[in-house]
Amino acid sequence: MSRIRLLSLQILVAIVLIGAWQLFSTVPVFGHMLLPPFFFSTPLDVGSQIVDWFTTGVIWKHLAITLWESILAFVIGSLGGVLFGFWFARQPRVAAVFDPYVKMANSLPRVVLAPIFTLWLGLGIWSKVALGVTLVFFIVFFNVYQGVKEVSTTVLANGRMLGMSERQLMRHVYWPSALSWMFSSLHTSVGFAVVGAVVGEYLGSAAGLGYLIQQAEGTFDVGGVFAGMFVLSAFVILIDIGVTLVEKRLLVWRPDAAEGRG
Amino acid sequence: METGEVAATAVALEDATVAFRLADARVYTAVEKARLTVDHGEFVAIVGPTGCGKSTLLNVAAGLLKPAAGAVRIFDRPLSGLNRQAGYLFQADALFPWKTALDNVAIGLEIAGTPRRTALAEAQHWLTSVGLGAFAGRYPHMLSGGQRKRVALAQVLIRNPKILLMDEPFGPLDAQTRQVMGNLLLELWTRDRKAVLFVTHDLEEAIALADRVVIMSAGPGSRIIGDWKVPLQRPRDIFEIRLDPGFHDLHREIWSMLKDEVMKGYVQSTQPEARV
Repeated sequence: MSRIRLLSLQILVAIVLIGAWQLFSTVPVFGHMLLPPFFFSTPLDVGSQIVDWFTTGVIWKHLAITLWESILAFVIGSLGGVLFGFWFARQPRVAAVFDPYVKMANSLPRVVLAPIFTLWLGLGIWSKVALGVTLVFFIVFFNVYQGVKEVSTTVLANGRMLGMSERQLMRHVYWPSALSWMFSSLHTSVGFAVVGAVVGEYLGSAAGLGYLIQQAEGTFDVGGVFAGMFVLSAFVILIDIGVTLVEKRLLVWRPDAAEGRG
Repeated sequence: METGEVAATAVALEDATVAFRLADARVYTAVEKARLTVDHGEFVAIVGPTGCGKSTLLNVAAGLLKPAAGAVRIFDRPLSGLNRQAGYLFQADALFPWKTALDNVAIGLEIAGTPRRTALAEAQHWLTSVGLGAFAGRYPHMLSGGQRKRVALAQVLIRNPKILLMDEPFGPLDAQTRQVMGNLLLELWTRDRKAVLFVTHDLEEAIALADRVVIMSAGPGSRIIGDWKVPLQRPRDIFEIRLDPGFHDLHREIWSMLKDEVMKGYVQSTQPEARV
């Protein structure tokens, strides 16, 4: 399928869906509204709400806060995950001792931690960052752990035979291998950083996209909820595009990354 | 790196026995009392049936495995730890996938403290020697199997090891590429005649390349059961040496012994109890 054809079909899907939504929420069928605007709003209302947010500029502050929380959660969670992943993989005894606790912590649905973080860290950004960190940390941790554990024994033996010391093996073999595993989970961990931020905001905050959605919901402003959702998904898609660009640069040496290009 | 003294024997395995402890606490003896020497500048090939412990023997010479009994001497000194005088060419892909061909070759010098710029220049020189001068910026996955072997060869040779240990290095390649690689190896080896210990299951390859061919019996507890000098002229061309009558005579002679071991090895590998 050619690019233009594909793109026009994709746009067609949006037009049909939004058109149907607009139709059934404004034109009664047999004297009966299929999508009552009170519950479903209308595309025009949602659109004007979004336009309003951007023209008045209120949205930027919320976007910036959510972005900042996501970045902090991602950076702190990744750093922690890399450090602990490395440590556990290189010290099997430590890993064995902590294994049940790591599993326990990971099996906990992170949302239940939100109230505790709010108690501990207040309503500011740090309680949201903490929630994001608990999500990102485990993804990165397990990937780095796996990456260090699964270094090819041949490559390792080759490094030793080429005269590498333990420190040099760390730098030239373990580290790149662990990083490649971490980067392969980049999309997931960045996504979870945003989830942590937005859910945290939704549960209690004074700014951010989650706050915006929660506010609209509190006043039965369904149009506002939908508008917030659309802005949020556009925001996540933009971040994802950014991640893809970074990934392409960093993983040029990976066969699958290269195949994706062709 | 080392002092210039030259001992006559590069590698000496003295009744080396290698055993592994199995999961059920039984002990599996892979190689029994192997006695083998490789002289300075000598090219020795080890041939044996599948699973006979050829690679095990090589790992002992490399210091990657410790023999359960017996001794390993490298240039008349007992080996402890890794064999720092040896370069090892692995059967499986051993290049660092996250480094370009050039960086893969340069790494051996870099970790030894050579400034990066000098190391890269030297690496480029070695890549050209193995015919890959134009592929310096490629990552391993962008190279063919044969090209990866060339890079691996350059990676090992750039450190100028006194001993070259090769574990079926051309095993995964197709027949034509193997012969091309064999010729390349001989060409590079002729320049400074390192001691080479070359493991293969291909008797023709062994005769075509080596000065001496050593035969191992089928495992477990395999021993060295034959040792032939290869009386063929050097320099050799792998493509043409196979047509030499001397090649055929030697091949027939060695094969009559190897055949039985290959059959034994095959039978053992099909019996579930004997499998490890």
